[in-house]
Amino acid sequence: MATETTKSIFWQGARDGAPFILVMIPFSTLFGVVATEAGLNVYETVAFSFLVIAGAAQFTAVELMRNDAPTIIVLISALAVNLRMAMYSASLVPYLGKAKVWQRALAAYFTVDQTYACSIIKFDERRDWTVGQRLTYFFGVAAPICPPWYFFTGVGAMIGTAIPDGLALDFAIPITFLALIGPMMRTRAHVAAGFVSVTAALVFAFLPFNLGLLVAGVLGMMTGAQVELIDSRRADRSSS
Amino acid sequence: MIDTGELWLVMVVLGLGSFGLRFVFTGLIGDRPLPAWVLRHLRYTAVAVLPGLVAPLVVWPEATGGSLDAPRMAAAVVTITAGLLSRNVLLAIFLGVSTLYGGLYLLG
Repeated sequence: MATETTKSIFWQGARDGAPFILVMIPFSTLFGVVATEAGLNVYETVAFSFLVIAGAAQFTAVELMRNDAPTIIVLISALAVNLRMAMYSASLVPYLGKAKVWQRALAAYFTVDQTYACSIIKFDERRDWTVGQRLTYFFGVAAPICPPWYFFTGVGAMIGTAIPDGLALDFAIPITFLALIGPMMRTRAHVAAGFVSVTAALVFAFLPFNLGLLVAGVLGMMTGAQVELIDSRRADRSSS
Repeated sequence: MIDTGELWLVMVVLGLGSFGLRFVFTGLIGDRPLPAWVLRHLRYTAVAVLPGLVAPLVVWPEATGGSLDAPRMAAAVVTITAGLLSRNVLLAIFLGVSTLYGGLYLLG
């Protein structure tokens, strides 16, 4: 619409992103607390959030480093958790592919679950938007999500050192991950992948260097992909 | 304790790697489509890695020296169930933590 200004589109994005603040604050605070528990100082903790800007991968990396996993295993595991970002990138291509390289790079940096989810819905709805309007919306969504992510990581890091040992913080990471896993179980294929991953991780826990996790990851992915294939073939048959 | 050099190495490489994953298609590959089987596997990376990461932490908790622990097990079951049913991450965390503290208080 011609009445839509850049400013109004930016605010539209910011409004759509705003509810996620409620998730970001506790989650990033928790990362700050967990990271300081693992021995990082405030500066390192905030740098971590700024450089990586991906919650689940950050938790994964800290947990594995805390357990003295080899650096290469830490990196492979955390990047595997982030592989979904590549899918986001792929699905944004039709909408942002024609933007300037620096704009695409900036958008890539701010591609997180929430900015992606809001934007892809909106872009599909508003096919009339120009690339510039899409970018404006995208950065509007990022505005209330990403800066609080850094800020409350710092807050968590500062209060983290003040939290007494009796609080069973060793279990903060498992609880956070378990809470993240539940909503990911969207189809039979997801459930199967998760189940195989758990089983394999326990069976192969004896392997050195946390290699059991990589085995579990690969087997879980293959399971998910196979079950999806089987289910889609079955759906094809019943619909034809 | 985490070694500072290793920490920065992980932060920088993970930062660059994560950026690379986010930039790989919009930035570099462009409109060329990926093979369907690659996308099909990519869809399951998170559900294949996170459960495997968390399972040993639940079954052999570090804080108890690796022996099964009722409050932690109960908290894990409540968290995953709440997440599955409510699809709400924060609610699941809240219920899980409540169960953990309740359990530790009653049994500890």
